[in-house]
Amino acid sequence: MQAFRYSQPKSIDNAVEANGRQNSKFIAGGTTLVDLMKLNVEKPTALVDVNGLPLDRIEPSSDGGLKIGALVRNSDLAWNSNVKQRYSVLSEALLAGASPQLRNMATTGGNLLQRTRCYYFRDTNYQCNKREPGSGCAAIDGFHRIHAVLGGSEHCIATHPSDMAVAMMALEATVHLRGAQGERSVALNDFYLVPGTTPEKENVLEPGELITYVTLPPLPQGTRSHYLKLRDRASYEFALASAAIVVQVSGGKIQHARVAMGGVGTKPWRSKEAEQALQGREANEHTFRAAAEAALKPAKPLRDNAFKVELAKRAIVRALQVTTQTA
Amino acid sequence: MSSSVIGAAVSRVDGKLKVTGAACYAVDHPIENLAYGVGVPSIIANGRITCIDSSEAEKMPGVITVLHHGNADPLFRPANAFEQNSRAGESRPPFEDDTVYYYGQFVALVVANTFEQAQEAAARVKVDYAESKPLVHVGDVPAPTGSPARHYMRGDADGTFKTAPVQVDVTYTTPAETHNPMEMHGTIAVWNGDKVTLYETTQGVVNHQHVMSEMVGVPLEDVHVISPFCGSGFGGKLFPWPHSMLAAMAARRVKRPVKVSVPRTMMFTTVGHRPFTQQRVHLGATQDGKLISLQHDVLTPSSIIDDYAENCTEPTPLLYSCPNVTAQQHLVHLNIGTPTPMRGPGTTPGLFALESAMDELAIKLNLDPLEVRIRNYAETDESTNKAFSSKHLREVYQKGADRFGWSKRNPKIGSMRDGNLILGWGMASCTWPAGRSAAEVRVRLNADGTARASSATQDIGTGTYTVFAQVVSEKTGIPVNKIDVVLGDSSLPPGPMSGGSTGNASVLPAIAKAAETVVDTLMEIAVKTENSPFHNADPKTLKMAAGRIHAQDQSPESGVPFGDLLKMRRLAGIDGQAKTAPDESSRKLSSHTFGAQFCEVTWDPGIARLRVSRWLTVMDAGRIINHKTARNQILGGVVMGIGMGLFEETIYDSRNGKPLNNNFADYIVSTNADIPELDCIFVEYPDLNLNEYGARGVGEIGLTGVASALTMAVYHATGIRVRNLPIRIEQLLV
Repeated sequence: MQAFRYSQPKSIDNAVEANGRQNSKFIAGGTTLVDLMKLNVEKPTALVDVNGLPLDRIEPSSDGGLKIGALVRNSDLAWNSNVKQRYSVLSEALLAGASPQLRNMATTGGNLLQRTRCYYFRDTNYQCNKREPGSGCAAIDGFHRIHAVLGGSEHCIATHPSDMAVAMMALEATVHLRGAQGERSVALNDFYLVPGTTPEKENVLEPGELITYVTLPPLPQGTRSHYLKLRDRASYEFALASAAIVVQVSGGKIQHARVAMGGVGTKPWRSKEAEQALQGREANEHTFRAAAEAALKPAKPLRDNAFKVELAKRAIVRALQVTTQTA
Repeated sequence: MSSSVIGAAVSRVDGKLKVTGAACYAVDHPIENLAYGVGVPSIIANGRITCIDSSEAEKMPGVITVLHHGNADPLFRPANAFEQNSRAGESRPPFEDDTVYYYGQFVALVVANTFEQAQEAAARVKVDYAESKPLVHVGDVPAPTGSPARHYMRGDADGTFKTAPVQVDVTYTTPAETHNPMEMHGTIAVWNGDKVTLYETTQGVVNHQHVMSEMVGVPLEDVHVISPFCGSGFGGKLFPWPHSMLAAMAARRVKRPVKVSVPRTMMFTTVGHRPFTQQRVHLGATQDGKLISLQHDVLTPSSIIDDYAENCTEPTPLLYSCPNVTAQQHLVHLNIGTPTPMRGPGTTPGLFALESAMDELAIKLNLDPLEVRIRNYAETDESTNKAFSSKHLREVYQKGADRFGWSKRNPKIGSMRDGNLILGWGMASCTWPAGRSAAEVRVRLNADGTARASSATQDIGTGTYTVFAQVVSEKTGIPVNKIDVVLGDSSLPPGPMSGGSTGNASVLPAIAKAAETVVDTLMEIAVKTENSPFHNADPKTLKMAAGRIHAQDQSPESGVPFGDLLKMRRLAGIDGQAKTAPDESSRKLSSHTFGAQFCEVTWDPGIARLRVSRWLTVMDAGRIINHKTARNQILGGVVMGIGMGLFEETIYDSRNGKPLNNNFADYIVSTNADIPELDCIFVEYPDLNLNEYGARGVGEIGLTGVASALTMAVYHATGIRVRNLPIRIEQLLV
């Protein structure tokens, strides 16, 4: 680990100012950053500890939705009664991730910025365009069972590891940012970038910009949601494929559906194609399978991860079944 | 107490130390003036070091020295005579030359004042290599054509197979697995003049002492190995690995104690692993299910440095009755570290193949898999033509079947259900050799009413401390909590390795005899001490019970506490010491532990989700000395077996030999959520051929048979036969 400066600003303005320097990073729970610093993958020269900032509350938002402070811990968010009742997909996604100890540390903002578990990104002896732009991708010719089938490029096929962000995609969350230039808001779907030729750039954050809140819009009456995570073991593991579904059915027809996937994309993956395939259709097996096929149509599987295509389809179908079955 | 303490479910005497964190593990020992050694691992698997530039590292704060093959003091090769208690994990001493044999080999060691300084400097050591293409997988080398590493034959298996009415010819593979005990390997080396003390985590303090004497090049009596606790080893800590020699060499060089702790990543490269196995099994049988031919051909890789053959065919010649058997093993050599025994070595992957093939045979015959096993029951050990000392496997099968409800099994694939889930039932046999070695133990009775038992063996988490206390308690009536057990120190009377499930059977007779010896001495004191109430009595009329010497025809309460007798004679304490070894006559019989696994899986085909929902293990393991720790060993074995069946695989990068999943996030093992409630029962028939208690070991057998029971259950549920472990979701996603 490289030596670094460390500061604990008490206000958001001071934090943004402190992080204005090159190679400095915000630190909250530290569950990804410290790990990567030990591996010399992240080498910040300064850490700005934001844990003292007043961003740790979950509040109703003016539009009837929810406003989640960037420092709200994953455990607190998962067990929040409002979240459990109204946004169960989010609670389920959070509790499907990591371990209780990690969830007690990890924050909402930090979770959105989780780095990939790609073996080659985490080892500085390998070529990795994400870690060292232009050096090459060791995953494409290597063992890539855990890698992405959606959103990859010849430069990078690393998956985004978050469960929480997948649920937030389906909930159409908005990310609120504060930077030297002031405040701005970005839809979560636009917050993340696919790797293309610049896999080092994973999101639209400008240097020094801080995530302050995430807001969730209110859901239409009668909406149901579910997160289904498929993985090799039953707990404490990243997804091979997951599905977050937010759906409203009326008179047997799908009035409103949001479909997002984890474990298969280079970013938390929302499938407009699947949503279109569901919109206005009968809530039945045939429709669900058609939506799943549409969601995975753009997939570009490789030798070791080809199974993820079918697995992701099954996750979508099952999650739709669960959310549309009549009690 | 004396009659019930053996066999009772006695809690671990060291339990409180462990749960409170007070147990001092190897690298926990507080040592003054300690320096820290951090290794630089190679990042190639095959080649030569052309240059090591440590100039930048040496200028870093706190760095004392950077050692490598160009400047290190010589270390030596071990004699590698296992019988003589000297076997190293890797026979090449570290830094012997500039050759790199595997990824993650130590190529340099940075020694600094703090761990952080050493680690930071290690990252700045620049190593240049001349790299050759590494041999990483068995497919990278031609199939071996020479004579096999092991070969067994009886009858004409090949000829009989060709004309057998029913034939099975299948190939199975099991992946490389990494032991991954919670406590990582580590050594603190402290020199005092020409003598070195090593704080270790080892399954054999005596072997460790011998190997270090040879490899560091100092007389045996100048090496002192201390390992009071071991955060498990699973075989990985049977033999010393390079970091231990490096700590000793570095400490001598810098004239300070040096600690070398092996990081988790290097736990995957330089301290052994269970190698990949490829196993072809031919079974020939009659139409009524009687085996007439059995062939088991095994290919396993070892390192370039050593010949380690995973002994997969160990159970093959004896588990079933069959007139024609061949079993052979071939070795290839790859650019990976030297493999080493891992819990149930050989037999565990071997039984996966053999027991899976038996299930495939049962399906061909349309017979119940349990019935096929009973039709081929081995009444004697046909590999040696010896009688079994104690075998009750038929009863094990029956008890297991009854308890599990096996008769309700509908063999039709996918026919059994629990709601929307499909159920699969599987079973398999377990076996493991029951061995015993020499052991020496000292038992001391103290005037303050306490006792002490000691031996240079060790408790690797299995309950050895507790068993020592139980036996001394049984022989003296002193309560377990007044008996101090001291293990894990090479200066004590030499005890056995904790390996091969032999520890228990080995130490029991020695503890008993040492306790009897010290009691005899106490009797002598009782009759020869003037103010003793037994002065001038015949010692044969006396007895020791409840911690007291008393007349045999009277109650223990009438007697005198042993501490009082010692005080009368102004003795601080008295010792009894005994050495025991298996006698030749015991070799006339074949001693094996047997058992059976029964399991249920649930299968959700819609999302390809497999879960283990029920497990029953029935063991024929002789007399159980401690039901709590024995059960714990069996359940732990099953948990590890479920991991072997469903999760574990060390994945090596073909390009550079790196274990890609070299951490606990990517190398997955069972979590609590993967494990159902586990049921375990014992049929208890003392195996008196092995020792006077009739106890066999239970450390390893719980793992055997688990993976084959699982793949059988998976086949029953899904119709998919998984022949290549682990069972992966993509194999089931059809």
